[in-house]
Amino acid sequence: MRANDNIKPVYVPPQGPVFGRILNSSPVSVVLYLLTMGYICWVVYIGADNIGYNWQWYNIPQYVYSFTDDGFQPRELLLGLYVSLKISVISFLLALCMGLGLALLRLSNLIVGPIVARGFLELVRNVPLLVLIYLFYYVLGPIFQMDRLTAGILCLACFHAALISEILRAGILSVPKSQWEGAASIGMSQYQVYRYIILPQAVRIILPPMTGEIINLLKSSAIVSVIAVAELTTVGRNLISDTYMSFEIWFTVAAIYFVVTVAISASLSRIEKKYTN
Amino acid sequence: MKTHEKQQKAAVSFVNDTPASIIEVEQLNKFYGTFHALKNINLSVTAGERVVICGPSGSGKSTLIRCFNGLESHNSGKLVVDGSEVFQGSKQLRALRQNVGMVFQGFNLFPHLTVLENLTIGPIRVNKKPKAEAEAAALKVLERVQIPEQAGKYPDQLSGGQQQRVAIARTLCMGSKILLFDEPTSALDPEMIKEVLEVMISLAEDGMTMVCVTHEMGFARRVADTMIFMDAGSIVETASPEDFFNNPRTDRCRAFLDQILGH
Repeated sequence: MRANDNIKPVYVPPQGPVFGRILNSSPVSVVLYLLTMGYICWVVYIGADNIGYNWQWYNIPQYVYSFTDDGFQPRELLLGLYVSLKISVISFLLALCMGLGLALLRLSNLIVGPIVARGFLELVRNVPLLVLIYLFYYVLGPIFQMDRLTAGILCLACFHAALISEILRAGILSVPKSQWEGAASIGMSQYQVYRYIILPQAVRIILPPMTGEIINLLKSSAIVSVIAVAELTTVGRNLISDTYMSFEIWFTVAAIYFVVTVAISASLSRIEKKYTN
Repeated sequence: MKTHEKQQKAAVSFVNDTPASIIEVEQLNKFYGTFHALKNINLSVTAGERVVICGPSGSGKSTLIRCFNGLESHNSGKLVVDGSEVFQGSKQLRALRQNVGMVFQGFNLFPHLTVLENLTIGPIRVNKKPKAEAEAAALKVLERVQIPEQAGKYPDQLSGGQQQRVAIARTLCMGSKILLFDEPTSALDPEMIKEVLEVMISLAEDGMTMVCVTHEMGFARRVADTMIFMDAGSIVETASPEDFFNNPRTDRCRAFLDQILGH
């Protein structure tokens, strides 16, 4: 430490008392971190050991996949994931269309349009998703002859349409008014202004929150398990009631959701980068 | 054919007792809430005429020309542009806007499109022209405004003067018969004002009908056929440039001219 000998003016961070400096040095920080994490792990291990849980990780892979003469075969959990993804994709596409409709309705200068859109938004936003699912399945289901899958998909679509409409609205409003005037001044119709001028510019603003919404949608698709749609969470619950391996299966289900959502958000953030540069 | 046209023109001038007017304003009123922004405006612009509107800020100049292409709606009075009455939300209004170009103070170019795309999006989407034809026409117009080499760039990559010339080119690509200029040089650095004014002067010399809201009095002196001075929502004075600059009739106008010509 001979900073004073250095003639060049370099930034010297303000130095606190000796004890603080030792505490903040990197080897001490790492040791402290390891000690803390080690303690937490130890507590969990002791707790798990105390309840005498019988770990059977070796039984898990057979519920994920198997190899037969025909090669790789997805098993219960992967098939459940497939249903989860199908529900998510269909409800996302529905939600996107409905959300765009709602956003345009909200921004329109019709008399009833904005009120309808606002009413829908407030209704959906202020009722818990779980209750909404029950409403769709037990009330609207019999009325409109919907099976559980349709009810689940429609419910997720409605819930996320409300949130997506707010994202789209914010994106559309972020485009300055001068763009409207420029486009209108060359004779574009309202549809053309949206299609060629406003939406392409709004996409940059829309994409980041939309990525979050897609992830949210995939995660909230787990809630349709309460009406026994055979998606990943339901499959996990059924397996547990058959095998009593609740720890392993919930860990596996969580890991599958985690891997898929991380993969989706990584690929979407690459698209985002392409749009923002 | 020629005689027929002449007869038509004669018939029109007989009715109006003046050359055919392309913008006709009668008793135009505009309110923002309770604020009376335009008060009983009467104005007539003939085809090929160059009108310069000046006046202090807040006097209603911009509002007036924004009424001409329906960007602002008027509350009462008659407004006929290029033979059709200006009505909000009508199909006619869109057709009208293809003939009435507007150049804004802030350029209002589309930042997500290249210069060439900015120029062709109107002809392709609104006029339904084939892409190749629209692009060829756009490149010609870019040469006219002297920036053919910028066709592939985005607006952000251009200087203010170049952006404003692209904006002028955009209206020319639509084949506009009337150009409305809303303070086109007010957002520009002094050395860029000249290049934009040069393009505007060349348009004026080609016989384009122009209505310019501007404080560029040198430009006004050079190209204007008619000077209009507005204050507090009314037209205070309408005169030829010589009369306007040399012996303004009203004190208000004289005070304004002293202010902007004084330095």
